[in-house]
Amino acid sequence: MTTTTTTVAAVSLSGVTKEFGSVHAVRGIDLELQQGEIVAFLGPNGAGKTTTIDMMLGLSVPTSGTATVLGLEPRQAIARGLVSAVMQTGGLIKDLTVRETVQYTASLFADTRPVDEVLENAGITAIADRKVAKCSGGEQQRLRFAMALLSDPALLLLDEPTTGMDVEGRRTFWSAIRRDAVRGRTVLFATHYLEEADQYADRIVLISRGRVVADGTGSEIRALAAGRSVRATLPGADTGRLAAIGGVDGVEVRGDIVVLHAKDSDAVARYLLTETNARDLEITSRGLEDAFLSLTGPTNDAGDDQ
Amino acid sequence: MTTTPAIDPAMRRVPPYGGFNRTVLAIELKRMLRNRRTIFFTLVFPAALFFSFGGSSGWDDEAGHGNVAAYIMVSMALYGAALTAASTGAMVAMERAMGWSRQLRLTPLKPVVYISIKALVALFMGAIAVTVVNIAGVVQGKPDMPVGIWVACAALGVLCTFVFAALGVFVGYLVPGENAMQILGPGLAVLAFLGNVFIPIDDHTSLIWHIAQWTPMFGVAEITRAPLTGELPWYAVVNALGWLAIFVTGAAWRMSKDTARV
Repeated sequence: MTTTTTTVAAVSLSGVTKEFGSVHAVRGIDLELQQGEIVAFLGPNGAGKTTTIDMMLGLSVPTSGTATVLGLEPRQAIARGLVSAVMQTGGLIKDLTVRETVQYTASLFADTRPVDEVLENAGITAIADRKVAKCSGGEQQRLRFAMALLSDPALLLLDEPTTGMDVEGRRTFWSAIRRDAVRGRTVLFATHYLEEADQYADRIVLISRGRVVADGTGSEIRALAAGRSVRATLPGADTGRLAAIGGVDGVEVRGDIVVLHAKDSDAVARYLLTETNARDLEITSRGLEDAFLSLTGPTNDAGDDQ
Repeated sequence: MTTTPAIDPAMRRVPPYGGFNRTVLAIELKRMLRNRRTIFFTLVFPAALFFSFGGSSGWDDEAGHGNVAAYIMVSMALYGAALTAASTGAMVAMERAMGWSRQLRLTPLKPVVYISIKALVALFMGAIAVTVVNIAGVVQGKPDMPVGIWVACAALGVLCTFVFAALGVFVGYLVPGENAMQILGPGLAVLAFLGNVFIPIDDHTSLIWHIAQWTPMFGVAEITRAPLTGELPWYAVVNALGWLAIFVTGAAWRMSKDTARV
């Protein structure tokens, strides 16, 4: 037996872009996910989350750049049962029974876990002979999970996984996900809820307008949010010099008003009051939502393009 | 307990035959056979049509190597098979609309294998429809033709269902959802009338005959009845192959369009 411990990245995107006609859905994403990571893919609607996930699944081909999953082309990884995804809606045939749906799916893979075991683990043994059409939304969602876990995937992609779950369901769900991550399964879940990302993910990848705008642990992302805004009246402000102050990560000018976003607001305030004619200083702290908005909002993007 | 054993992609296998297997085929057939609408189109409707047409006056007249009742039986079997195959084809589009095709794209099943499975199911259902009408003919006792011709006509009828399976897929994409069958049902009835399936058009100089020759059911009907009538006009073969090409191209074109946004 060889004892090589080099592990291949669960997902590797390099310079990936996707255009639909004149629409730039993804504008260049580099991303590497390690095995066993639980990663939140966070961003507002239309940020490019779904397009990026589709490229990881091989459902669409990048306009430029490459996407590999566990060192393989996405379609190759899927053919080996290494990747699964759970969508929020659809994806089920109404006139099949729950068991038939799982049997059908299982028969398509070279190796799967036993159908009965998967039904049992998903808690749908009791409704195995029920037609899908007669299942509640929650039962259908459990069926989708059962199908996704059949092939014991190394990478699981989830789209808004806990929508519609109560607090208890959410907790059970995430503890199950974490158990599998310990065994090496990578989980990437798309969400537009910052709180869920912060609570359950090891790592948050914040995406906006087709780009990764932040990537780090929950606390690192929160540190971005921990800064304060310093607002002052300063006619004819020299934005270049203001931006050069240590710790300043954003400068906005609205007429005579300047708003500076900074981790060290004291240093900014000291500078403004001693080195410039700034007056009417206001210092406010930014919440998580503010950070999210400032990272994903149009102001930030305009800054990128200039 | 060990921690974080990496998953080795090299240990995973790709299924043989692009995911084709008997379990899927069996489930697909079971599904068709418990669908009340399919059962009606496949088992009840064509046989009922045969009983109402096949016993009409002049059934005993000579027609090629058999009699008129045999001619009508072969035609009705073809019509039943076409209807069944078209409705099976239309299901492909419905499954796409429900997101099932996208779900299948997350499995090793290859799209071409999926379509092949559907084609096999359509063929099987077409064969059932043909068999039922033929049994109806035996039970009624009026159709008369040599056994070899009887079998040849039935086999050709089953084979010709491919044209309508492709038509079903094509129409299913153009008119998504349950509406596809509402168009295919009456549409195929009109085509059957025009295509010389229900009522033979005897006046070969009439306008309706000239139109009929160009319609999709004309060619396959002539081919299916060829063993019985003993004649196979070249334009009937061209008609059948032409429409098969058109429907397959149309279905493939709509399908590739659709794949772009799954």
